[in-house]
Amino acid sequence: MATSDFFRSWAGSDPFTEMRRLQNEVNRLLSSYQVAPSASFPPVNAFANEDGVALSAQLPGVEQDDLEISVFRDTLTLRGKRQPGTNERQAYHRRERGHGEFVRNISLPFRVDPDRVEATVQDGVLRVSLHRPEQDKPKRIKVSGQR
Amino acid sequence: MADKQVRTQQRQPATTSGGQEVAPAEGGERTRPRPVYAPRTDIFETDDGLVILADMPGVPADGVDVTLERNVLTIRGRTEDSPPQGFSPVYLEYQSGDYERVFTLFEDIEAERIEANVKAGVLRLFLPKAGPAQTKRIQVRAS
Repeated sequence: MATSDFFRSWAGSDPFTEMRRLQNEVNRLLSSYQVAPSASFPPVNAFANEDGVALSAQLPGVEQDDLEISVFRDTLTLRGKRQPGTNERQAYHRRERGHGEFVRNISLPFRVDPDRVEATVQDGVLRVSLHRPEQDKPKRIKVSGQR
Repeated sequence: MADKQVRTQQRQPATTSGGQEVAPAEGGERTRPRPVYAPRTDIFETDDGLVILADMPGVPADGVDVTLERNVLTIRGRTEDSPPQGFSPVYLEYQSGDYERVFTLFEDIEAERIEANVKAGVLRLFLPKAGPAQTKRIQVRAS
């Protein structure tokens, strides 16, 4: 009781109001200085199992014809370009989306079969599935014992 | 007074960050346990209206929801992808999530004629400007 009276006199109705206000202020300041992540374009996720690799990449606004995928040994190269949203000179209010050419080399955990690469693009997400050559796959060795 | 200030500031992260995870626009929690990002956006003005381009990779055409209430434009996009079955992640650069961003418009927009389409994960919105405002001249009469 005594402490709540103390706080009331100290900072109005709620002792934490000022603290929350300060925290919000700091959050607001920090959020306006957030720089775009320096990660390269496009961002890529890789999933693997013992038969192969599944890659996905976020490529919004990249036309299918502007995208080139090549595989050499254990490296996959994504090459392409993103067209600007408009060709006319415009009065921009905001400009956050980049455009231009990009290249990414992705090292895969193992060699892949260049003849068995499937790639699809849907809603701006590229999915590539890569398979390991049969002779490279890990083989289970049967242990035979002698009695 | 202090409370009021806090509430108006909370709206801001949703509009200032680009491609970053954002807090819910109106406070409170979402029902879907997915991260929500502010899509990177271009906005430019043409003679007849505003064009908004927003990067929302993974959002199908029927996953987009655009609302204009008074002068507050809200863009939402839902994604439904899941990691491939039977694989384990080895290297991750992005996390898929939903998209949300709120803009306050300063132009008069004809809400009925807004066009929206989604192509290759990019939302394109055309917001036609309302016709020239009828300026009314007020005659000042000397008495």
